Amino acid sequence: MDSAMFWEAVIKSLVLILALLTGFAYLTYYERRVLARFQSRLGPDRAGPEGLLQPVADAVKLIFNEEVIPAQAYKAVFILAPIITMVPALAIVAVIPWGDSVVMFGREISLTIADVNVGALYIMSVASIAVYGVVLAGWSSNNKYAMMGGLRSTAQMISYELALGLSFVAVVLLANSMQISQMIEAQKGIWFFFIQPVGTIVFMIATLAELNRAPFDMPEAEQELSSGFNIEYSGMKFALFYMAEYTKMVSISSIVATLFFGGYLGPGVERFPWLGPLYLFIKILILLFGMIWIRASWPRIRYDRLMAFGWKILLPLALAIVFITALGILLNMLWLIPILSLGAGAVAVQAINLSLRRKAYAR
Amino acid sequence: MVPVTYYVALSAVLFTIGALGVLIRRNALIIFMSIELMLNAANLAFVAFASVNGILDGQIFVFFIMTVAAAEVAVGLALIVAIFRTKKSIDVDQINMLKG
Amino acid sequence: MTINLFLFLVLAVVVVATALGMLFSKNAVYSALFLVLNFSTVAVFYLLLGAPFIALTQVTVYAGAIMVLFLFVIMLLGTEELEESKVLPWQKPTALFLAFVLLVEGIYLMVMQKTTGLITTPVADAGSPEVIGNMLFNKYLLPFEATSILLLVAMVGAIVLTLKKKGGQN
Repeated sequence: MDSAMFWEAVIKSLVLILALLTGFAYLTYYERRVLARFQSRLGPDRAGPEGLLQPVADAVKLIFNEEVIPAQAYKAVFILAPIITMVPALAIVAVIPWGDSVVMFGREISLTIADVNVGALYIMSVASIAVYGVVLAGWSSNNKYAMMGGLRSTAQMISYELALGLSFVAVVLLANSMQISQMIEAQKGIWFFFIQPVGTIVFMIATLAELNRAPFDMPEAEQELSSGFNIEYSGMKFALFYMAEYTKMVSISSIVATLFFGGYLGPGVERFPWLGPLYLFIKILILLFGMIWIRASWPRIRYDRLMAFGWKILLPLALAIVFITALGILLNMLWLIPILSLGAGAVAVQAINLSLRRKAYAR
Repeated sequence: MVPVTYYVALSAVLFTIGALGVLIRRNALIIFMSIELMLNAANLAFVAFASVNGILDGQIFVFFIMTVAAAEVAVGLALIVAIFRTKKSIDVDQINMLKG
Repeated sequence: MTINLFLFLVLAVVVVATALGMLFSKNAVYSALFLVLNFSTVAVFYLLLGAPFIALTQVTVYAGAIMVLFLFVIMLLGTEELEESKVLPWQKPTALFLAFVLLVEGIYLMVMQKTTGLITTPVADAGSPEVIGNMLFNKYLLPFEATSILLLVAMVGAIVLTLKKKGGQN
């Protein structure tokens, strides 16, 4: 590796990290404004024009907060836990391309940090590492509520990782590759969302659970656990958890956009490669809006229902999707996949419906 | 350029540490972790030999070992939980009900 | 000293140190964390050996699933620390002696075997998913199917072992 390539990688990583961190800051603002609109409020509009400086104000406030470390806490782990939460959130996007290669300063630069041939597996493994931060935060706080939050989060993440992985397999089958750039290449004709709509939805539900976002935010259920695993954290360490959650939202949205919605592809992207990042950005914004929308409209799911949903509905559905996708590819009839998978989705919805109805009668 | 012997030596050291863990620790969970460490040492040797000989079968074996390890952990941890429920302890010295 | 050898030595020190940390930690959670580090470092070794697929599988399966399960059980049972048991006081020195014998034996065998061969920079797509997948589904299809049954059995076994019977008694 020559030194130019090394510096290229460093600069690209820095740009990506800065973009993600700014994205995090403004995502909090975006979320609060959108939530406010849903609830007929204004949201933060005091700091700066239209409240645009609100994230800065929040950051300053959190930095100057007092940092408390509980006397009974396991100190080293307590300090490490927020960092362990943060790192996967940033590292996971390393394999996501934000555009085709562009020519800059007389050399061709591909807009991916690492286009490895095991990209899909990389995303899975980093996502599976992400659980440690929450678990360790919960355990090291030495607090019952925090501990329960951590345990809930572990169980939830392990359960939903299966559905996540399986819907990933469907994409790998469709793209015939584990390399992310080839997955995008395969979507030049048609987005995978249209071939595998149910797979997309399963993936998005599973990512919501992985993110501990509403309606799956059991680990930090305020009413039950008074904010769960991060209850003992304050100041900068709390800010790191907050940051990790929102950075993960951005990263996961970019992954969903890449896997199912064609990533940086869009009209005219071949001629003007600079449009690539812009298209990706727009797709991410729309997906983020979807997440906020879900948070605004759905109540939290009860914990036993959450686990039952993950194991009894989502996992079989994801298995069915893998089977259907493989069948469609084997028979060389791609049009069969959306029809059959929508059928499977309808069966799953009916199963949920029935189980809820039965509960209502029993009462 | 690293001689494959180094990798195998490292694997041997890891295996020994794992075996030592099984012998001296009394916490059933840590004994179990030591077993995982030994499996891992074997995996390292497999991959090193696969790499030096240019034959991929070693990597496939590692894949299978990982699957077996995952299955083993699922059952083993379930056993430990079941033992804890009846004995209220996972100290292996306390699990001596079969002693005549 | 080439860069590969240097990397090997640094990582080897980390691997052995984390393994020893696992062995001697009083707290089971720390043991588990050391083991996670150990597995991740071994994954880096796999990358160096030209097995990216195995490396990432290692991280996903060992660090991401197995060790999380361990942590879960440790925390669930609340058995981070056990007091020293005095049942078998002669066990520790014997174990140390036997481990030493095992180590010497292993290294002696290796020296006698004269396994030679240098690990060079691996070929680009030696351990790529395509190659591994082709082998897995052609040459090793039967073992692969057998592992799926093994996993199913393990799943059923785990559920049966920890199932609480309805009606309260267990």
